[in-house]
Amino acid sequence: MKYTGRVWKFGDDLDTDLIIPARYLTTSDPNILDGHCMEDADPGFVGKITKGDILVAGKNFGCGSSREHAPIAIKAVGISCVIAKSFARIFYRNAFNMGLPIFESPSLWDKVADGELLTVDSDEEWAKKPDNGSEAFPFKPVPPFMRELMNAGGLMNYLSKRRSGGG
Amino acid sequence: MGMTITEKILARHTDLDRVSPGMLISARVDIALGNDITAPIAIEAFRKAGGKKVFDREKVVLVPDHFAPNKDIASAEQCKVMRDFAKEQEITHYYEVGEAGIEHALLPEKGVVLPGDLVIGADSHSCTYGALGAFGTGVGSTDLAAAMMTGELWLRVPETMKFVLRGRLNKWVSGKDLILYIIGQIGVDGALYRAMEFTGETVRDLSMADRFTIANMVVEAGAKNGIFIPDEVTESYVKDKAKRDYKIYSSDPDAVYHSAIDIDVAKIKPQVAFPPLPSNTRDIDRVGDVRIDQSVIGSCTNGRIEDLRIAAAILKGRKVAPFVRLIIIPATPTIYKTAMQEGLFDIFLAANAVISTPTCGPCLGGYMGILAEGEVTVSTTNRNFTGRMGHPKSEVYLASPAIAAASAVLGRIGSPEEL
Repeated sequence: MKYTGRVWKFGDDLDTDLIIPARYLTTSDPNILDGHCMEDADPGFVGKITKGDILVAGKNFGCGSSREHAPIAIKAVGISCVIAKSFARIFYRNAFNMGLPIFESPSLWDKVADGELLTVDSDEEWAKKPDNGSEAFPFKPVPPFMRELMNAGGLMNYLSKRRSGGG
Repeated sequence: MGMTITEKILARHTDLDRVSPGMLISARVDIALGNDITAPIAIEAFRKAGGKKVFDREKVVLVPDHFAPNKDIASAEQCKVMRDFAKEQEITHYYEVGEAGIEHALLPEKGVVLPGDLVIGADSHSCTYGALGAFGTGVGSTDLAAAMMTGELWLRVPETMKFVLRGRLNKWVSGKDLILYIIGQIGVDGALYRAMEFTGETVRDLSMADRFTIANMVVEAGAKNGIFIPDEVTESYVKDKAKRDYKIYSSDPDAVYHSAIDIDVAKIKPQVAFPPLPSNTRDIDRVGDVRIDQSVIGSCTNGRIEDLRIAAAILKGRKVAPFVRLIIIPATPTIYKTAMQEGLFDIFLAANAVISTPTCGPCLGGYMGILAEGEVTVSTTNRNFTGRMGHPKSEVYLASPAIAAASAVLGRIGSPEEL
């Protein structure tokens, strides 16, 4: 799948408390959580997002708590995918399990700016700026099992499909 | 070629004879754990996927501890979702408030987790169980839902980093200082996706409480699990608690490691992690003048009886500094009762500390000690991220119970040696 969105950049070690502070963990409703996404990292974040925008982050994105509220909030606010230098492991699991596309690219971060347009090809596993001639930034290949999870739309859909013999 | 203890436990929970780093496996779980924040999402996913009965009511463990006793109406609703599910599914190990404590202190104490177990917990500090020689790792709510349905979970076999601890610990240096020091050395992603195995002559001298603290915080270095090879200390801890068989694993001499790091613990001083990352560590004598508004002693990291005894030894006959709040949170009802019987509560109350019911509470900015804008706390908890314990412009400094107790008296971050 190919999609284009505006880039919002964040730095290294962005933790899940910044993605969704614990004061909002009294609910798991995406329609409430989306209003507080990234609130303590950038209080104006929710206001400037349009559906399909892309998060570009540094290393160890999503470190800290196991709260699935973090990928839920990112997905609910309309972010199409997260591209980071690396991901903390529980966030990585959660994203695949609940169907938020994420990609690892060590080189992209230094080459894009806030607000720039970026095109992502999730099958070919690269991102590039939509203008002609822009270099492609390759993603670290997604392992086949993880790709199956992603294509199924998450772990529970994957299990349901397997149970019903659909794959 | 041999295997590490982590690889052996993982292999034992599959139909494979051996596993090696990088393999994706589907592993049978002995314990699938959730709490009042993470279980409601898992329960919804379980139902949505057509789940009727959990795979084994003895192996699903549910503990209301984060915002329990209920902090407000919304958290009351979340606790109720979990409670109703526990009733409906006849979950053996559901612990109601009064019997419940902070999950990672409670489960070992109750003998629910034992050496050789494979534990997945929808809580990042589920790595704590590595102290027992079990494989424990934090996962998300959807993982918990899948494990509740199928009894299995996909895992990538981690590489193992070996930490060889040598030498004798200095006075006031505890498991907390060791793990903060190590995180300071390797960084918050220094063990990303890996296992951290703690070995070496110093381990013999580490109490179970110290080992739990160390294993608890490996996630702050990005690790998948932390692990100790069981010894006499482990066996004497579990022997009266175990109500089922357990298995002791150790690493083969020819096991393959990602790396081995030697640490001379005699060089380590009490550590303080400055905001906003657990890796921003400094020796206590290089902290400078950091005034505090609050000190918290508790959590899955440092709310055990040994932690409270150290705090009491320092607070005895002393008072908390003016305008400072000292909040002490025994991690489980048993710890609470023991502390009371040993007279620790008299010491705490005489020092003007407040004693809370067991809860995760302030550690994650829930309740029972939230910070206002500009306020500073020293805390025995595990994370000092921006806004972690309250206002985004408040600050958390991580330290041991000894430092937290001494700091409460001093009104600034300092050592018991200064009292």
